[in-house]
Amino acid sequence: MAKRIDVSDLDIYYGSFLAVQSVNVSIEPRSITALIGPSGCGKSTFLRSLNRMHEVIPGARVEGKVVMDGQDLYGSDVDPVDVRRQIGMVFQRPNPFPTMSIYDNVAAGLRLNAKKMRKSDLDDLVERSLRGANLWNEVKDRLNRPGSGLSGGQQQRLCIARAIAVEPDVLLMDEPCSALDPISTLAIEDLMTELKERFTIVIVTHNMQQAARVSESTGFFNLSGVGQPGRLIEFNPTEKIFSSPDEKATEDYISGRFG
Amino acid sequence: MTTTDAPPAPPRPRRRPGDRIFAGSATGAGILILVVLAGVAAFLVSEAWPAVVAPAEDIPGGDGLTAYIAPLVFGTLLAAVIALLVATPLAVAIALYITYYAPPRLATLMGYVMDLLAAIPSIVYGFWGIAALAPALVPFYGWAEEHLGFLPFFAGPASVTGRTMLTAGLVLAIMILPIISAISREVFGQAPALHREAALALGATRWEMIRMAVLPYGRSGVIGGAMLGLGRALGETLAVALVLSGSGGITVNLIGQSNPSTIAANVALKFPESTGIEVNALIASGLALFVITFAVNMFARWIVNRRADFSGAN
Ligand SMILES: Nc1ncnc2c1ncn2[C@@H]1O[C@H](COP(=O)(O)OP(=O)(O)OP(=O)(O)O)[C@@H](O)[C@H]1O
Ligand SMILES: [Mg+2]
Repeated sequence: MAKRIDVSDLDIYYGSFLAVQSVNVSIEPRSITALIGPSGCGKSTFLRSLNRMHEVIPGARVEGKVVMDGQDLYGSDVDPVDVRRQIGMVFQRPNPFPTMSIYDNVAAGLRLNAKKMRKSDLDDLVERSLRGANLWNEVKDRLNRPGSGLSGGQQQRLCIARAIAVEPDVLLMDEPCSALDPISTLAIEDLMTELKERFTIVIVTHNMQQAARVSESTGFFNLSGVGQPGRLIEFNPTEKIFSSPDEKATEDYISGRFG
Repeated sequence: MTTTDAPPAPPRPRRRPGDRIFAGSATGAGILILVVLAGVAAFLVSEAWPAVVAPAEDIPGGDGLTAYIAPLVFGTLLAAVIALLVATPLAVAIALYITYYAPPRLATLMGYVMDLLAAIPSIVYGFWGIAALAPALVPFYGWAEEHLGFLPFFAGPASVTGRTMLTAGLVLAIMILPIISAISREVFGQAPALHREAALALGATRWEMIRMAVLPYGRSGVIGGAMLGLGRALGETLAVALVLSGSGGITVNLIGQSNPSTIAANVALKFPESTGIEVNALIASGLALFVITFAVNMFARWIVNRRADFSGAN
């Protein structure tokens, strides 16, 4: 299931604006990779280029290679829709479909992937996904209520349930806890640690402790000035990044001596 | 506790003059609309009353008020329903095309064209319907009678002028198309990027994304637009008066020679030469239209509110 991703010489553009330049990195399966860096350095942009969500924005494009277990994600014969079915995403702001019930939110991706599914199979999968996201006990009595009626932390776990329901190979998370309180944040961190048994997880975070707590590897993005492209300055095991990073900029950023 | 001071009085909210003026004028406007509405209703009822109590043989047609108004109500609803059934899906498709499929330049152009359609006066649609659309549809009506005649709608005998209920409905459909599509376009364009991206990130195709995140979100807006269109179709006078050769009774035959007229068209055609109780009968039919429009709006509101929890407004 979980797959590795190899990125080589990736440049990411918005129209003619080069937002991220020459990223080279290998993301290991069954592990959590954290991406840190100052605001505007291109973490979200890079993350979104991994499942081709980037190209949803008009004029946005990439150059370079993203290969998942040998499959070139940007190959000319690759449908971005298929890529996104294999690489799920959780966004910064919880975004359950407000017009759907909790149940239908979790089932949404399943209904896309396997058009015909027996009701009982679907019930099982919805329950399994909600349990996987540690949400089942809180919502099992109100599966038919709208998802937008949940608390922010619950909504975010609902979005995680929705993303893992389709059993993707990789799960991308863009600041999944930035809108949440510390308790919901811990709940989601625990959840990530459980999920990495089955998925490759890439998480963007502004929270150093979070990166240090949950991830195996950490990448530090930085940009040398306004209007300059962001770059991946350092990519190393998390322990090393937080104890003896190779780059001075990384150390400055982590110790708060930045900018 | 040593203090003996009385607890301070709660601060009184300060009333600013601007707030007061605005609140006053808004309330005034609200009351005014109710007064106008009540005045219109009172006028209709009092003027219609003589026709309600008049002996049956005095009413035009000679069979009483119900027999006079029933075909008109039926014709009004039938023409409006045809218009709505044709226009709504088309308007939604156009709105979706403009918001999510068309290249930006073409989308802008199409937006202008639709707005232009909305600005054309209804008499022009009427002339177009009678001079161009009706004759053009005659061969189709002949064909429909022959091949689809087993359906009551196409029972025939087909009209030779083409001035049928179906033609009137189609003209109305084109008239209400711009308003429905303009409102649909507006709400589809506002479907939150957050939810559209959620759908795409799940691996939805563009159409699946539209079905998951755009259509449900725009649903109440589309219904609202359709109701505005329906209101226009129900009350449309000139275009129907010109296009529809309406003199017959209740029938679902859409392509025949004799069709029920509509309330508004009937009033427009008959009013100039009516006197006495005939006028009261016409006003009674107007009262019926008033009630229908009201009921339609309540119904629409009910549909919109029924799933308010899931509307996406929260
Ligand atoms: N839709 C867009 N169109 C044009 N430029 C964009 C767009 N989104 C982001 N950018 C630009 O790309 C660069 C990287 O933005 P990105 O959102 O990836 O930063 P980030 O590292 O995720 O920041 P943050 O930590 O604040 O989320 C910025 O200069 C930003 O202005
Ligand atoms: Mg970001």
